[in-house]
Amino acid sequence: MERVATGTGAGVSETTVYDDQIVKMFFTATTVWALVGMLVGVIIALQLAWWPANLGLPWTTFGRLRPLHTNAVIFAFAGNVCFTGIYHSTQRLLKTRMYSDRLSRVHFWGWQSIIVAAAITLPLGMTQSKEYAELIWPIDVAITLVWVAFGVNFFGTLARRKVKHLYVAIWFYMSFVITIAVLHIVNSLVIPATLFRSYPIYAGLTDALVQWWYGHNAVGFFLTTPFLGLMYYYLPRAAQRPVYSYRLSIVHFWGLVFLYIWAGPHHLLYSALPDWAQTVGMVFSIMLLAPSWGGMLNGLLTLRGAWDRVRTDPILKFMVVAVSFYGMSTFEGPMMSIRAVNSLAHYTNWVIGHVHSGALGWVGMISFGMMYWMIQDIWKRKLAHPSWATHHFWLATIGIVLYTVAMWAAGLMEGLQWRALNDAGRLAHPIFLDITTRLEPFLWLRLLGGTLYLIGAIMMAVNFWQTIRGPERPADAAAVPAAA
Amino acid sequence: MSEGTEAKSEAKYGRFHRRFFEGRAGVFAVATTIAISIGGIVEILPMYTVESLAWERADWITPYTPLEVAGRDIYVREGCYLCHSQMVRPMRAEMLRYGPWTRAAEYQYDRPFLLGSRRLGPDLQRVGGKYPDAWHYEHMRDPRSTSPGSVMPPYSWLIDAKYDTDDVTASVAALARVGTPYAATDAASVASDLRRQGDQIIGSLATAGITAEWDDEIVAMIAYLQRLGVEGRAHLEAEGGQR
Ligand code: HEM
Ligand code: HEM
Repeated sequence: MERVATGTGAGVSETTVYDDQIVKMFFTATTVWALVGMLVGVIIALQLAWWPANLGLPWTTFGRLRPLHTNAVIFAFAGNVCFTGIYHSTQRLLKTRMYSDRLSRVHFWGWQSIIVAAAITLPLGMTQSKEYAELIWPIDVAITLVWVAFGVNFFGTLARRKVKHLYVAIWFYMSFVITIAVLHIVNSLVIPATLFRSYPIYAGLTDALVQWWYGHNAVGFFLTTPFLGLMYYYLPRAAQRPVYSYRLSIVHFWGLVFLYIWAGPHHLLYSALPDWAQTVGMVFSIMLLAPSWGGMLNGLLTLRGAWDRVRTDPILKFMVVAVSFYGMSTFEGPMMSIRAVNSLAHYTNWVIGHVHSGALGWVGMISFGMMYWMIQDIWKRKLAHPSWATHHFWLATIGIVLYTVAMWAAGLMEGLQWRALNDAGRLAHPIFLDITTRLEPFLWLRLLGGTLYLIGAIMMAVNFWQTIRGPERPADAAAVPAAA
Repeated sequence: MSEGTEAKSEAKYGRFHRRFFEGRAGVFAVATTIAISIGGIVEILPMYTVESLAWERADWITPYTPLEVAGRDIYVREGCYLCHSQMVRPMRAEMLRYGPWTRAAEYQYDRPFLLGSRRLGPDLQRVGGKYPDAWHYEHMRDPRSTSPGSVMPPYSWLIDAKYDTDDVTASVAALARVGTPYAATDAASVASDLRRQGDQIIGSLATAGITAEWDDEIVAMIAYLQRLGVEGRAHLEAEGGQR
């Protein structure tokens, strides 16, 4: 493709062209919510290892804090990461300011208010109970309105772009904006009973199918496609290498957006859902491996010729590990969708291990890498403590390994013991609690892993704080590359 | 740098894609919308065909009573479904542990569905009738008094708190509006129904020396738990004990 002479480092006038204020706002919100969400994660991990940590109060029991954790890490942390990256990179890719500064602010403040509303209502027990769609109907209405503001702003920016061809990152952002709107609206159709309570228009297994169509694609289009977009923009920039294959990006983009939607029923294997639906869900989940690995390969191969820098640059370290965990969890997912494997894994801690190898490994690590890179770009400062970034990287990596290994072990153990029969054909472990209590050491190990991960994130936040507060420093070459 | 990130030599592979999609945001957006819609339409719409509707319905399951609705709302509020599934799978060990596997029709009045995705505690789909009412009372108050080693938090506030009958009426009315066949949804009928079923439960608790009132939250919770899976089990076992 043709190169544009005035790249992004065009210099003095950049901030007047691009709205970087909104990027800074989302960046700051991301950092704060990351700490909140992960802290709640550590608290609920403690509660599972040691029940008195439920504190005997309604508002602090596991059943109310767990949705707070998932909403905080998915919609507050991961959501704000996506918005940070999208507002930053879209303007640069399209060489234009966002369509409307006002809509950008409506999006920002609207989204943060929704998160605050979630943080108040969930501990009060106001919930619709559907995983990742717990928020009560008035908040759902607010989400719809804010999403429309975001969508208009995003597509308005596309309409007045100064670059004709849309770069692959933009394709992924587009699929994010469109699909989340569709999923959210269809899964939130309810009849209100009171201001705080409502009942879905779907019943029983149909409700379950709609929810897991939503739930799996919340993973697909909230935790995967926008992050692939971020990978396609920030990995090449940090590595200063072009994307490996344009053709591969076309094939895996269309493969991913088409196949993902079908895979929802792998959450309902062995339910009374019709067999054909379960089989379709399983087959499409297995096929999903191909476009997922297409993305992973395109990311890793982009680093060809830059591997020596991975050894020294913590930003690239974060990104490499992120893409590797993406590959790992998208291998594990299709395996867990095979009925026989799912019969063992379903309901167990194995699923939690899978979730967090994707969440901590892929979503978390690509976000950290992007943020360490971006802070130097938009605040025009060098990192206050470059070595802390490396420490953060190692804490997070060790934390993930402890977390996932503990959960795999616990999951396999309970899965096997639940189903074990003795010679007489009776249950080998008839007392459920005997199995549960054997898991305790693994739950402490998971807590340790999660705590290390949180400590790393705290170091990152302090580092950011001191970087922003510190004097403006001439950024290094990696932060502001001249024309490419 | 956007353009610079793509190797020039590769552009030829995507000439069609470049011209047809990448230059036109509107076309790209429409194509994406189509691509993401197909799977959902193919999987979800068949649930609304005549045959499917019949398969999800059965007359051997009755709607939740007002007291059970109140209990179910509390079950949702406390997030019980995050640790307890409500789905017995058709596998030998599961059926030995929990009972007959769960049929689709047993969920026909479940709004929202509460299948759950975790078993930090045992499955509850067929817990109804497994323990006496007093067991549930003690277990919710202090899980370790009935189940040593349990990791479940105590829910002692259910014993002191009272549910609001107007709230339950609103719930029953909303459920009727989405199609649950209730004979009466007016405040007076709902209140007398709550009272009638509540009195039965406090009667059974009294025999174990426990005093409670008909509108205590714990009473609603017990009513809900004690009905789970009972009708289904009775029907399936009468049909020849098929497990
Ligand atoms: C310090 C880091 C974290 C810790 C200690 C932690 C801990 C936990 C715990 C204890 C649970 C409940 C598991 C169970 O039900 O047995 C959980 C669930 C979950 N967490 Fe985290 N978490 C962390 C970070 C994250 C992040 C960064 C994300 C997403 C970006 C995430 C996404 C989720 C999701 C989606 C679930 C629900 C899983 C399911 O329903 O199967 N977590 N987490
Ligand atoms: C090709 C890709 C993937 C496939 C086919 C897949 C498949 C699966 C399967 C079979 C389950 C277990 C369902 C169960 O038995 O309950 C599951 C759970 C889950 N996966 Fe994945 N997975 C994939 C990638 C990912 C990634 C990359 C992430 C995170 C970023 C992720 C997040 C989750 C979450 C949050 C759950 C738990 C849902 C719940 O029960 O609440 N998955 N996935």
